[in-house]
Amino acid sequence: MKVLEINHCNKKFGDNEVLKDISLSVSEGQVVSIIGPSGSGKSTLLRCATLLETMDGGDLVYLGEYAAKADAVGKAVYSDKESLRNIKKNFGLVFQNFNLFPHYSVMRNITEPPILIGKRPKDEVYREARVLLEKMGLSDKEDAYPFQLSGGQQQRVSIARALAMKPKMLFFDEPTSALDPELTGEILKVIKDLAAEHMTMVIVTHEMAFARDVSNHIIFMDGGVIVEEGAPQDVINNPQQERTKAFLGRFQQ
Amino acid sequence: MIGIDFSQVWGILGQLGEGMGASVMIFALTLLFSMPLGLLVAFGRMSKWAPLRFLQKEEVKQPVGLGGKIKAGVLGFKPIQFIVKIFIAILRGTPLMLQLIVVFYGPFYLFGMQLPRSYRFIAVLIGFSVNYAAYFAEIYRSGIESIPVGQYEAAAVLGYSKSQTFRRIIFPQMAKRIVPPVTNEVITLVKDTSLAFVLTYEEMFTIAKQIAAKEGSILPLFVAGVFYFIFNFVVAFVMERIEKAMDYYR
Ligand SMILES: Nc1ncnc2c1ncn2[C@@H]1O[C@H](COP(=O)(O)OP(=O)(O)O)[C@@H](O)[C@H]1O
Ligand SMILES: [Mg+2]
Repeated sequence: MKVLEINHCNKKFGDNEVLKDISLSVSEGQVVSIIGPSGSGKSTLLRCATLLETMDGGDLVYLGEYAAKADAVGKAVYSDKESLRNIKKNFGLVFQNFNLFPHYSVMRNITEPPILIGKRPKDEVYREARVLLEKMGLSDKEDAYPFQLSGGQQQRVSIARALAMKPKMLFFDEPTSALDPELTGEILKVIKDLAAEHMTMVIVTHEMAFARDVSNHIIFMDGGVIVEEGAPQDVINNPQQERTKAFLGRFQQ
Repeated sequence: MIGIDFSQVWGILGQLGEGMGASVMIFALTLLFSMPLGLLVAFGRMSKWAPLRFLQKEEVKQPVGLGGKIKAGVLGFKPIQFIVKIFIAILRGTPLMLQLIVVFYGPFYLFGMQLPRSYRFIAVLIGFSVNYAAYFAEIYRSGIESIPVGQYEAAAVLGYSKSQTFRRIIFPQMAKRIVPPVTNEVITLVKDTSLAFVLTYEEMFTIAKQIAAKEGSILPLFVAGVFYFIFNFVVAFVMERIEKAMDYYR
């Protein structure tokens, strides 16, 4: 079953064409990594997929439900607010700089969205939040505020916050890029554990070894287009396109 | 310095007492009205409503040439933001004393309206509240605009509506950030209450001046000064408490 499908996505900022005819699909349990140089449109693609940006053209489909559908001339026409609100429940997004709510404790960061937005019973949400915190190794931090945590801990809280909404899939936009190098490992491990549990994920990352190990599919983007994609071994170890080779070459020094 | 006759001070305090109550009243009611009104004004100031924008072709988001820029400016015109901007500029750019006079005498001189005696107090409150709302609006706006866009995005992805995002995520963080500038305004307001004398509203400063004139003594004004000083001392203490109460996060 396809969780996410994007067809012929186009996106411009002014006359800067940032995404050009991007198509991708993600099946249940699949992990897709997106790699590529900075400015190639990776974040914009995730932001379109998570409804933070609107696409100019193309389809955006979650579990067969259209968030946006291309009309006769290819222009993306978005569904009504109510449908979009429901479609949003399918995914979570983990940001590069966490974006935790600084005025909420760790516990409240995780529990408010499911209670307020998910309308789920309080005690159940708290119970699940404690399980998530334990999984993240943060059981002793539930009353802490974000400023009292390390970057790695904050990122784990933000992953827990996303998971607490029970999304069908998760997006990660460079989840380790804002972290000190010695802290990236703990986040990559959390994501690997999620992959082992067959969480459906789309991950933008610069960690090539990690991308190769964790994903089923790798997409290399450059200049707003998908230059090359395929199985991780093929794309990372045996790239066919010159641009992919040049990009990966920079990581091998 | 000449020795102060304390029985005289007590006498002055007795006469000023009622005026002090009036000053505190102006102060408290002005805050009560201007702080929420300021938020409304801030929303107007940040309004992005541009009723003519639909005429703009989507491709022309980046206008070319002078003609294009003028056209983009006209079509992108934001009437609410524009009006509120002018409103704020006038209120901050002219003396509060003048504004009080306009509010009090305006209805009669402009429209020939006969207003009851009690209008004096209402005029004072309108003048102060509207003027302070303009200042608070700019403080709120800068507070709101200082919240990182990532906070809005995190809330949006989690499914928060616009109003939920504002009430639960943005407003509390804004409130913490604006305590220092709000403290400044509140301290200024304590002193500004004395401006009500231009409408001969019987707050403390008005009375102090009357006594001083009648008795040919500066002592009543000195007592008034001490009153404002102590009032502000209390205000500073309270504001510091509020700041501390919000210190649990950064
Ligand atoms: N809000 C925006 N307004 C204008 N241009 C933008 C905006 N966001 C991104 N861009 C531009 O889009 C291009 C792709 O950016 P981005 O998606 O952030 O790339 P990446 O995540 O791959 O580094 C860049 O040229 C960037 O300047
Ligand atoms: Mg990016």
